[in-house]
Amino acid sequence: MANSAPALREELCAAVGVSDPEELFAQIPLDHRAARPVVLPPALASEVELSRHLRDTLGRNVDCEAVLSFLGGGCWQHHVPAVCDELATRTEFLTPVWGTPASDHGRNQAWFEFSSQLGELLDLDFVGLPVYSWGCAAGHAVRMAARITGRDQILISEFMDHERLAVMRTYCEPPGMRGHIELRSVPTNPATGTIAVDELAAALSDRTAAVYLETPSGLGVIEPDPGQIARLAHSHGAELIAGVDPTSLGLLAPPGQYGADIAVGPTQPLGVHMNCGGGVGGFIASRDEERYARAYPTLQVSLCPTSKQGEHGFALTLFQQSSYGSRELGNDWTGNSVYLWAVVNAAYMALLGPAGFAELGELILARSRYAATRLAEVPGVSVRWPWFFKEFVLDFNETGRTVAEINVALRERGIFGGGDLSLSHPQLGQAALYCVTEVHTQHDIDRLVTALTEVLA
Amino acid sequence: MRSSPSHGKQPTSSPRTYFELMVKAGAARPRLGIIVNPLAGIGGPAALKGSDGAATVAEARARGARPEAPLRAERTLQALAARVGPAELLAAPGAMGADLARRVGFSVKATSRSAPSETSALDTRVAATAMRDADVGLLLFAGGDGTARDIHDAIGDQLPLLGIPAGVKMHSGVFAHSPEAAARAAEAALRNGPSLPLRGADIADVDEQAARDGRVASILYGSVRVPDLPRLVLPTKAGSPAQPGAELQALCREIADTLEPSCLYLFGPGSTTAMVLAALGARGTLLGVDAVLDGQVVGKDLTESQTLALLDTHLDSRLVVGLVGGQGMLFGRGNRQLTAAVLSRVGADRITVLSAADKLLALTPPTLWVDTGDPVLDKHLSGYIRVRVGPRQQIIMTVSS
Amino acid sequence: MSLPKLRQYHAAVWDEPIVMEMGRAGRRGMVFPTSDAEVSAADGTLDTVIPASARRQHPPKLPELSEFEVQRHYLHLAQETLGMMGISLFGTCTMKYNPRVSELVAARPWLAELHPNQSEETLQGVLEIVHGMNQILCELSGMAQFVFQPGGGADAAYTHACITRAYHEHRGELAQRNEIITTIQAHPCNAATAAAAGFNVVTLPLEEAGYPSVAALEAALSDRTAALMVNNPDDMGIYNPNIKRWVELVHQAGGLAFYDHANFNGVMSRLRARELGFDACMFMLHKTFGAPKGGGGPAVGAYGCSEDLVAFLPRPLVRQVGGRYTIEHEAPLSVGRVREFWGNIPQVVKAYAWTRAMGSDGLRQAADISVLANNYMERRLLAIPGVSKSFPELSSPRLEMTRYSLAKVAEDTGVTVLDIQNRMVDFGVDAFWLSHEPWIVPEPFTPEAGELWSKEDIDYWIDVLATVIDEAYNDPDTVRSAPHCQAIHKVDGAGADDPQRWATTWRAYQYKHSIQVTS
Repeated sequence: MANSAPALREELCAAVGVSDPEELFAQIPLDHRAARPVVLPPALASEVELSRHLRDTLGRNVDCEAVLSFLGGGCWQHHVPAVCDELATRTEFLTPVWGTPASDHGRNQAWFEFSSQLGELLDLDFVGLPVYSWGCAAGHAVRMAARITGRDQILISEFMDHERLAVMRTYCEPPGMRGHIELRSVPTNPATGTIAVDELAAALSDRTAAVYLETPSGLGVIEPDPGQIARLAHSHGAELIAGVDPTSLGLLAPPGQYGADIAVGPTQPLGVHMNCGGGVGGFIASRDEERYARAYPTLQVSLCPTSKQGEHGFALTLFQQSSYGSRELGNDWTGNSVYLWAVVNAAYMALLGPAGFAELGELILARSRYAATRLAEVPGVSVRWPWFFKEFVLDFNETGRTVAEINVALRERGIFGGGDLSLSHPQLGQAALYCVTEVHTQHDIDRLVTALTEVLA
Repeated sequence: MRSSPSHGKQPTSSPRTYFELMVKAGAARPRLGIIVNPLAGIGGPAALKGSDGAATVAEARARGARPEAPLRAERTLQALAARVGPAELLAAPGAMGADLARRVGFSVKATSRSAPSETSALDTRVAATAMRDADVGLLLFAGGDGTARDIHDAIGDQLPLLGIPAGVKMHSGVFAHSPEAAARAAEAALRNGPSLPLRGADIADVDEQAARDGRVASILYGSVRVPDLPRLVLPTKAGSPAQPGAELQALCREIADTLEPSCLYLFGPGSTTAMVLAALGARGTLLGVDAVLDGQVVGKDLTESQTLALLDTHLDSRLVVGLVGGQGMLFGRGNRQLTAAVLSRVGADRITVLSAADKLLALTPPTLWVDTGDPVLDKHLSGYIRVRVGPRQQIIMTVSS
Repeated sequence: MSLPKLRQYHAAVWDEPIVMEMGRAGRRGMVFPTSDAEVSAADGTLDTVIPASARRQHPPKLPELSEFEVQRHYLHLAQETLGMMGISLFGTCTMKYNPRVSELVAARPWLAELHPNQSEETLQGVLEIVHGMNQILCELSGMAQFVFQPGGGADAAYTHACITRAYHEHRGELAQRNEIITTIQAHPCNAATAAAAGFNVVTLPLEEAGYPSVAALEAALSDRTAALMVNNPDDMGIYNPNIKRWVELVHQAGGLAFYDHANFNGVMSRLRARELGFDACMFMLHKTFGAPKGGGGPAVGAYGCSEDLVAFLPRPLVRQVGGRYTIEHEAPLSVGRVREFWGNIPQVVKAYAWTRAMGSDGLRQAADISVLANNYMERRLLAIPGVSKSFPELSSPRLEMTRYSLAKVAEDTGVTVLDIQNRMVDFGVDAFWLSHEPWIVPEPFTPEAGELWSKEDIDYWIDVLATVIDEAYNDPDTVRSAPHCQAIHKVDGAGADDPQRWATTWRAYQYKHSIQVTS
């Protein structure tokens, strides 16, 4: 602390006219003061001690680079380009808060490039600045749909990622409250895990604000014809909210192509480490129509002219409808989000370009399909559904073993097995969600197959 | 930079004809008009309680007063010029706006060629009428309640209006909170054109003679539309279609939808309560007290005795009032029909107060005033009150006498 | 008045194109391995594994750049961001130094490559730190348990609104208790999250003393009261001395009391929320506790509560059982999740590191210096003609910040506080905070020095402000047309709210402004 130098501190006290800073706290009544002094662990004032303590402590973790991990489910192990790491720690991006449109220009441009590139991937024209997570994005999106349509029901698949669904639930207000939104689940086809279109058609009504459709879904399933579901929703005056993984979009249809009105999804796969779940972020995008734009809770930057002819600058658009602009009269709320990751995401998308996303999508598809095919050869193990991307459900019911037992045994062999679905999705019995990305080599997958074969022998 | 228009035939008769010719000649429709009442505000520093009437002005001049309005209007125009450059303006002639606007650098059309040497209320009315005929997007005026009334007398609510605060009395809800704020609204009008968001506001004024005698008695004259650019807007963001107006509207609709059966509802004067009546499909009396029972209007523009008679036959009653004008007066100004007798009969706990949030927050200190003429009742009404500002929002206000 | 000599600063100007305009067809920044032959052979053609109706028809129009071009482009943008390279006394955000050692440690795989669903025994190190930070915050606040899931201060306020719902629902009173009370000076997120969670919002305006009276609160309280959500001190630096009484009254009415500790820096280690009676509080780790702000996150709104509310907290929670740490994933009365997983854990680690480096004495000293610096600033700022402070008649020293007004400057010159802000950046001084909505002080600004900025920095900042105010009187056009020494010129945001002109993406910009594209 620059002003803790004793002489300087006294100089400041003298300038203010006090002998001790304590006098400056006169506003706080004595009976409000702490009943006893604060006692914290001994200070680690030197960087030498602090660094040692942190390294000793964190060194006790076992991370996904040290072992082989197949965990996914809302947080995925992808390759993070070195350039992304450099940018994430640049002081100019890492440490500031807000400046002016001119002094923040570089960062604003990076944010605009986040939105612009995501807009291309999604085939949508209006993109907000990111929100805390995919679940939060989906929660805001269903509230947007309710505001837009004046209706109060959302149709979702019976198979949702349970973390994401739990977040969406808190955004929908409990039954009985004035703003309650009902999340009604629609059955899936047993053979494919995709939405049962007939059941969906039967569930749609003039209460339906939106169909929330994920593809790939929380359990990795690809919807074969999202356009059909969009048309069905629209025919009942409902919106289609698409939930998509941007790493699939070099390959899979973008939401704009099949008529989705709002799209949401995760930003962590775009160059951000898992960070123990602290890398997650979410996006919200839509067509550029006032009907949607005026329902956003987020901040967003717009390209604007400056006083110099031909020069680009950026300003916040529709600030007034945010909670900063209108307190409780604004749309939902906003605050700090994951804006640093938006810079990283922008660089990631620029690094990949159209060819990179196509390659990435194909590689993840090929490797996850290879893994599924090989794992299905293990006695007692089967792959639940045929169309998937990156993640797939392995069915262990025939093995007579629980996923928990299997994962303990795999861990002894240096492998983190797939996420256990037996508690979150009991209707699947003993099943696990395996995630395979571009970081998993054929050798890694073969190692898993061998280990699993041993474990189940 | 162009000076005054010089196309087609020269005007020959009234300003109105002149503008008809201009429009026919295909001139672009100006989006902004300005009228400066050069005498507005002159009475304030002279401790006169207004500047209306030639006698008052003369006395103010005699006391050495200088007009405030041109200085204030110039601030607005300077700020506007800095934002939008040399835009086109329609201005009242000479000292009533055109001279000033040209000096600041605007491309000015005047509503008439000749400027009176000593302006009067009539000149304001003539200019306002010309503005109406030219269908400007926003009529800016520099003045006070008197000027607002003159404009309202001439053209009613046919043009969106905004006051540059320059008067001694500013009880009407049409004034920007500073000359610069008026510039921001004018900028929004220039940029948004017909999509400029608007909301209702009251034109009110005090009884000048009474005011000079030390009594304050205000009268509600009517309602106009003003740009809906409330305080809850960052100045950089002025021009965004805002939501607060919508919140108040939603509240009025909700009140209309949830009226208790067999309860006599009295609605006080003003544009806010008029919205509740509109939601009931009824047309209220803007300046008067109306009564509603089971969704039907059972009394219009009621006098005190008529109201009391209704209360005699309907024991269950409620009163819904808005805030009239910009001074935080709850009872005693603009709604004097709601007398102490009426209020006592309804009961303090049966009164619902409605307001736009920004109107309350503009009050410093955050106090509503009552002056019913009955000190005991005033005391009873004093304390704190919940004012409803939206379907789900309330603000706690101090009530004082 | 003689004005001091200021730095001859100029921002980097790269005139950097939008990335969408850059590159050439076929250029690559990142390539991926082609899948091994055996992998590809596993499974027929693309058509059989993805139905055609689910496939992308046209490639995305992303730029095609080399890796170096991407790196250089974003480094140029970094250089066109002033941020903490200059001086930023951005009030209400408590600008702090973010130690590099924490960045280095947090970037290592032992944290960066952890998956939150790994088994507990593989996460013992990070769980120990999360638990340690929980202990530290409990000691500072008197609360029983903290949760780090909320992604920022606003998310923590939202967490409180959710817990308020769950608490009253559990007691069978949710239908009746539908009002949350806040003050006009509380951060907008309190009112906004209360409304988003389904409550009606009752707002108390300020009175003569600078805060709402006890009587106003009493008028707001009833059997409909669900909770009170307040900051104290507020961001004018005024402390509500009746806050204990407030909490008692809220409890008597049956509501919960939430302390938004956004302005903790000035009271750090001097009071405890729980001892004042509050049921819950919130700390911003990216603000008070030295974790970086990231230009708006990733952030942490650490939410803590009394023993009575622990059952309702979002899960997961980290628990210590014997010598090891476990994760409690679900609980029957829990509100569930406000965000996936257990929070922005690297930020928790960085805040933990900062707090461990400071220790008890360091925190107290930081509060002292922060309040001392603010009062020093106040002396100097009020000596500048045209600067006044909110509630000038209140003579008690303000805590870590004070809200000022440039109303006189604006009145005299027509130069607004925004113009002045835009001019100050020409001297390497980044934006000050104006005020949260609504502006109850005209032409407001709210600087905060905290314990970070040296007296030299503070003096320079004030000198810049004095110089710019002097310009406002003598050369107002220079101020109104500012900035002049920045990466770009004055931004014209007038079209940003116009549906015909706003453009949040390059593709929207192109079709809305296509006429200008022809050259």
